[in-house]
Amino acid sequence: MSEQQYIDFYTQCRNLIMSKSCGVMNDVREKAFKRFKTVGFPSRKSERYKYTDVDKAFQTDFGILFTPLGITPSAYIFSLKDAPADVRPYYNRLADQHDGITLLNTMLAHECLLIYVPADTKVEKPLTVDNWIKGEVPSMMNRRILVVMEKGADATIIVNDHATDKQEFLTTQVIEVYCHDNAHLDLYEIEETTPLTKRFSNVYIHQQPYASVRHSVITLHNGLTRNLCDVILNGEFSETTLNGCAIGSGKQHIDNNTLIRHNAAHCTSNELYKYVVDDQAVGAFAGKILVEKGAQQTSSQETNNNLCASPSARMYSQPMLEIYADDVKCSHGSTTGVLDETALFYMRQRGIAEEEARMLLKNAFLGQVIDQIDYEPLRSKIFVKVEKRFLGEMEKCKTCNLCK
Amino acid sequence: MANEFVKKVAEEKYKFGFTTDIDTEIIDKGLSEDVIRLISSKKNEPDWLLEFRLKSFNFWKEQTSPSWGHLTLPDIDYQDISYYADPTKKKQGSETKEIDPELMKTFDKLGIPLEERMALSGMAVDAVMDSVSVKTTFKEKLAEKNIIFCSISEAVRNHPDLVRKYLGSVVPYRDNYFAALNSAVFSDGSFVYIPANTRCPMELSTYFRINARNTGQFERTLIVCESNSYVSYLEGCTAPMRDENQLHAAIVEIVVMDNAEVKYSTVQNWYPGDENGKGGVLNLVTKRGRLIGHHSKLSWTQVETGSAITWKYPSCVLEGDDSQAEFYSVAVTNNHQQADTGTKMIHLGKRTKSTIISKGISAGRSENSYRGLVKIGKHADGARNYSSCDSLLLGSKCGAHTFPYMDIQNNTATVEHEATTSKISEDQLLYCRQRGINTEDAVGLIVNGYAKEVLNKLPMEFAVEAQKLLSVSLEGSVG
Amino acid sequence: MLEIKNLHASINGKEILKGVDLTINDGEIHALMGTNGAGKSTLCKVIVGDPAYEVTDGTIRFNGQDLLSMKTEERANAGIFMSFQHPIEIPGVSMANFLKAAVNAKRQAMGLEPMKASAFLSMMREKRKIVAMDSKLINRSVNEGFSGGERKRNEIFQMAMLEPSFCILDETDSGLDVDALRIVAEGFNKLRKPDTSAIVITHYQRLLDYITPNQVHVLLDGRIVKTGDASLARVIEEKGFDWIKDEI
Repeated sequence: MSEQQYIDFYTQCRNLIMSKSCGVMNDVREKAFKRFKTVGFPSRKSERYKYTDVDKAFQTDFGILFTPLGITPSAYIFSLKDAPADVRPYYNRLADQHDGITLLNTMLAHECLLIYVPADTKVEKPLTVDNWIKGEVPSMMNRRILVVMEKGADATIIVNDHATDKQEFLTTQVIEVYCHDNAHLDLYEIEETTPLTKRFSNVYIHQQPYASVRHSVITLHNGLTRNLCDVILNGEFSETTLNGCAIGSGKQHIDNNTLIRHNAAHCTSNELYKYVVDDQAVGAFAGKILVEKGAQQTSSQETNNNLCASPSARMYSQPMLEIYADDVKCSHGSTTGVLDETALFYMRQRGIAEEEARMLLKNAFLGQVIDQIDYEPLRSKIFVKVEKRFLGEMEKCKTCNLCK
Repeated sequence: MANEFVKKVAEEKYKFGFTTDIDTEIIDKGLSEDVIRLISSKKNEPDWLLEFRLKSFNFWKEQTSPSWGHLTLPDIDYQDISYYADPTKKKQGSETKEIDPELMKTFDKLGIPLEERMALSGMAVDAVMDSVSVKTTFKEKLAEKNIIFCSISEAVRNHPDLVRKYLGSVVPYRDNYFAALNSAVFSDGSFVYIPANTRCPMELSTYFRINARNTGQFERTLIVCESNSYVSYLEGCTAPMRDENQLHAAIVEIVVMDNAEVKYSTVQNWYPGDENGKGGVLNLVTKRGRLIGHHSKLSWTQVETGSAITWKYPSCVLEGDDSQAEFYSVAVTNNHQQADTGTKMIHLGKRTKSTIISKGISAGRSENSYRGLVKIGKHADGARNYSSCDSLLLGSKCGAHTFPYMDIQNNTATVEHEATTSKISEDQLLYCRQRGINTEDAVGLIVNGYAKEVLNKLPMEFAVEAQKLLSVSLEGSVG
Repeated sequence: MLEIKNLHASINGKEILKGVDLTINDGEIHALMGTNGAGKSTLCKVIVGDPAYEVTDGTIRFNGQDLLSMKTEERANAGIFMSFQHPIEIPGVSMANFLKAAVNAKRQAMGLEPMKASAFLSMMREKRKIVAMDSKLINRSVNEGFSGGERKRNEIFQMAMLEPSFCILDETDSGLDVDALRIVAEGFNKLRKPDTSAIVITHYQRLLDYITPNQVHVLLDGRIVKTGDASLARVIEEKGFDWIKDEI
């Protein structure tokens, strides 16, 4: 069992971690450690980790990085250390205290990035967080982000994930998002890493009345990726959109797991996840819509569409509805299949070569998700990257400036 | 007066809830190797079958009850159940094979006449009460076509090679906890063998009845359909109203060869327990078919209205190229009933095709889940699956859930799944009521319309019965 | 231009074409008529190379080339264009991207450089006028949300963009009202060069009032059973096909 090395590491280094960290994070650290010792890493037998072998991913003897946060001066981005006293208690309140990955992150993370948008403030430009990991030895990084959107706040956050391709890396990430009444958040996560990179990201979102959140996770290039997103709709008339777009080739592994919990009436949730899996890539989508008693007038739609592009690619799809209120409209749909042969023929009749026609159709297939990116410059950028990805021009993360 | 009225209402709700007062030979409660040896010796079984039972029992002892279902299964004390009850043994040592008139009356009352001259046209029946087959009708007529239709105990005696070849070949005893239990203690059930190039001239039907107190029913059904043959098989079930839970852990195995077709229909109306969730049958069943032959077909149609708990996934393994499987299901839960039901479609052969249509209806404080797996194997080129799972909620205290699992390992396959959950349409209700139909009848009407796609798949006699059942099961759920 | 000899074709093992012979010279228009299911659409799909059909016997030569050995897109780039009976929706693929890919594929086949974006856009603007196509439609995905008539118009618009030498109009008139029919037919006539050849499939004379055929063929049960001049179409409009069946 690979958790032991992390337990040993923590036992030896707890003082070092604490010295680099701050009070609010240290306060919950020991508790997380105790729990982690009991629960360990989730096994494939646990319902939410059916499709990813966590234990195996953590087996490598990683050096643990304590890179300090590099924060470009901004009115909204801070280190939790410097946060005002009334914001600090948000830390670790949402994160699932039964999830081994979250617990590990809580016990090892030494810094936390705080994005704080005051009431009735609209942040015009997207707030960008660039993560990159490099090193000469196998390394692990534990990232933590806390987002607090006060009443009526409005912002777009883009989190970019990069890695150099020389070494094996693993990142754990926990993002906690609080959206107070009427707040609006657009959160994008874009991964362009390497086949040697493993990523475990757990996102927890909590919404108050009339809050709206859109979370989009785009996996352009990766090694092993596991994204979990849990949303609690706790106030009436709140809205959530979860989107995902994944391209897998080689031996890439992309596992998205979502849970949207409708705790209040009149809320809306939409999910759209699309995958194109080629070669021996593995794609997995599992999403549950949970409508609690009393959450009447819930409207929810969950869609998962997948294209298997090679005989050895594998796709798991598991859309779920768990409903305890009667006045609801909930549905889900899942398709896994091949490109539309009739469309392919139509295009070829117009003289377009088969390979190009296929690429156009694959682009169009993912386009439905990318079209939903509100921030235009990002949308165009992703369109270009997706096209390049299908053309094989993005075998490595060489297109991004950060890794050069 | 008042008492009479209450009794009447209760009986209307579950009209099969009467008990038959008949001398029944019941062995002592408890489960052990000795009990298994006793059952086996009562049935004069050959050694290989006893060994099979003991192997199953030893495996079962090491397992734990599955917990993944969306169900709250009561703790079952397996030592507090009797595993063998025989209502046909009048007195010890009695040799006559005459059927007790009480038994005949019971089945008459259930609408299953056992005298051939009175039988429903075109249907042969195997009537099973508790652990024993009471009578199989039209056996001789079927024998003319070399069709075997008899109780499984009789088949063990008269057709040991066939039984030995296929028993456990579809559902191995190691398959799951309840399958292991059944393999250890199974009592009676039906055996059907359709030889090659034969179209079975009548519907075959088994009627299961639990009567005795504190007994479990562990029936075992085996259907083998050889090349180019066809059979339609129906299964019906009822039980008396009793305060304690009754355990029913059955296995159905079906084998379908080249170009053959089997239709299996169930109307499951075990006693669901009372309004407060007291009593009722625990229906924990493993049903599976192997479509071994190319171009073979198997369709499961089920209408599930009874049982306190239903845990059942009639499945198909599509091995033969171009084989086709269907699963049509209506599951109704009311009061405190819990159902976790669905299917597994395992595509192995090329161009295999499966269709899943599931309609769940939940009312009262019940929980109703669809759980299904569609797996497309590496070599299943051109396989197709279409699944549609709808849930209807009547009332705000029940739950309706959909848990489909899809695992696709072939890039030429197409898998489509869709599901919706909604409440009964107010507009439709209003429309019916404006036309003078009361709410309860309107609900019955709308629900029947909703389930029509599945009900249409049932043979005539069953369809009518099933329609009535749907309305009765939902009585008092709206208003 | 097109020479079909003893063509046999089947779909899912079922033979639809049972020996078709047909020669179309440069600049000729041939009308193809016949009952539903006679094989008219099959013949067209085999000419353009629909992979769903299997050619079991016979040959098709196009300007001397063996057409059956060419891929669908190679045939298109050689100058064959089909106006589909039921043009398909391709969600997510914009008309502009779609046509740019098609036009440039053809240019590449001819050894030309890809077209500059500005030139391409002005070409689109110009050509859409021929069939009076709404510019809003051009901004959508291919055929997405188009009405039946709009789809047919879009087919002729694409023909304008691709300038084929051999056209197949598969029931291009169906689903069009009188005005739309006129626009589409006149559009086709405007686009046609003296040496452009075409096969026109129709059930009605009204299209042939605009596009006069040199020859009319009647296809029944997978074979051409009768050939005549433009007057044959008028007789069929009046008397149907039964008399031809009686003749043979």
